[in-house]
Amino acid sequence: MNAETIVQEYIARIEEACGAEKDFIVHFKYDKKDEAMAKILKKAKVEKTVAKIIFDLTYGNFSFRLYATGKVIFKKIKDKNELYKVLSDLLL
Amino acid sequence: MFDPYKVREDFPILKRKINNHPLIYFDNAATSQKPRQVIDAIKEYYEQHNANVHRAVHTLSLEATELYEEAHGEVAKFIGARSMEEVVFVRGTTEAINLVAYSWGLKSLKQGDEVLVTLMEHHSNIVPWEILSKIKGFKVKYLDVNNDGTINHEAFKEALSPKVKIVCVTHVSNVTGVINDVKLLAKIAHENGALMLVDGAQSIPHIPVKVKDLDCDFLAFSGHKMLGPTGIGVLYGKREILEKMEPFHGGGEMIREVSFNPKTRKCTISWNDLPWKFEAGTPNICGGVGLMAAVKYLKTLGMENVKAHECTLTEYAMKRLKECEKTTVYGPQDSTIKCGIIPFNIEGFNSHDVALLLDSYGIMIRSGFHCAQPLHQKFKLSSSARASFYIYNTKEEIDSFIEALKEIEQSL
Repeated sequence: MNAETIVQEYIARIEEACGAEKDFIVHFKYDKKDEAMAKILKKAKVEKTVAKIIFDLTYGNFSFRLYATGKVIFKKIKDKNELYKVLSDLLL
Repeated sequence: MFDPYKVREDFPILKRKINNHPLIYFDNAATSQKPRQVIDAIKEYYEQHNANVHRAVHTLSLEATELYEEAHGEVAKFIGARSMEEVVFVRGTTEAINLVAYSWGLKSLKQGDEVLVTLMEHHSNIVPWEILSKIKGFKVKYLDVNNDGTINHEAFKEALSPKVKIVCVTHVSNVTGVINDVKLLAKIAHENGALMLVDGAQSIPHIPVKVKDLDCDFLAFSGHKMLGPTGIGVLYGKREILEKMEPFHGGGEMIREVSFNPKTRKCTISWNDLPWKFEAGTPNICGGVGLMAAVKYLKTLGMENVKAHECTLTEYAMKRLKECEKTTVYGPQDSTIKCGIIPFNIEGFNSHDVALLLDSYGIMIRSGFHCAQPLHQKFKLSSSARASFYIYNTKEEIDSFIEALKEIEQSL
């Protein structure tokens, strides 16, 4: 599967949030969120967790926060292409 | 007697649960929820009266036309306009301001002129003027605001000069909730020969506003923030000014006659009467009907009651937010000079984190710049979280919000 297919399978929407931080908010498809989160938690390093609701994670040079509601906030991502690459690595 | 618990019964969406929690909707500055009365009016329009408006002779068209014109009349009464001719239906506040920029500004502004805006404006009251300034060569002048987000009236007076042809100010800041004394600002602007445009997107839904009292020349607002549907908004303009303005868009509805001269092979065009001159093409008829239902609903509640309820909620929220040690609230701390909008941040979190965390509690707030980046730069903020209240919010919801904030603070 290529990066685009993987992203399409798991992701409902990507929002580029406004604000100086330039964060990306990734919303998983409702019926795929548990599978997506399990894959991510298997590959990324858990730096911190709050009651298994919030997970502060790192993957390579990237840090991000995963929410049990099926949302991820990526910080300091250069652009959507970079985001797609990280997501496809994590979800493969 | 205003009863928010009774009001809540009119809003079907408030029965929803989000992430296994009862929905708490604190994103009212972005858009409001819709009461059953508005939803029913839209449904009834499409089920019983749908047709195109004006110039048709059949029964349905007559009904649709009467409803659409009645909607203009209801809005005119709601804001205290002299007649429905002063009420133009547009898509929303943004289109209303663009209409003024292009229909008035394109003809009236030239190189050497200035348009005065404040740093607290929504982008929709900045960008149209910046775009037009590139075409016409005038200057967009920015009035700084005080550190708490209020306007310094002396600085406002000093910023005015014969060069300033129009002053464009928001009535209520969509970031801080500050209520500007636009009546005073309009008086000062007029004394200096400038017109006054008021962005009423955050005021019309929340406080009593009468254009005759404000004496503004233009007032722009959106239907969807005041219980109405999206895609419908209003530009109020003084009749004598609207009459002199050129149309914004060309097409059907806005013309009286398009007469072709076979000799010159040219058309002679005359404009329709107000407000139709500014409503080209088939309008958002159903949106107008929905907006009318929203206006009637608000009138039944009473705008003084709406204002009082939101003041109570804001005062209570501001007081309780002091219990949250890592939370900083921006803008004036005096809740009597603001509407129900509270911008804040929690130490150690960015605003999007806060919004996502509150979402997991079923609490909907907004995060980011709120389309007001210059004000965030003034406050030296990379972004902010924003809670905003309306008629159906309660003190108990604020209690849940505060408890959630405390838990978020402790999670660090």
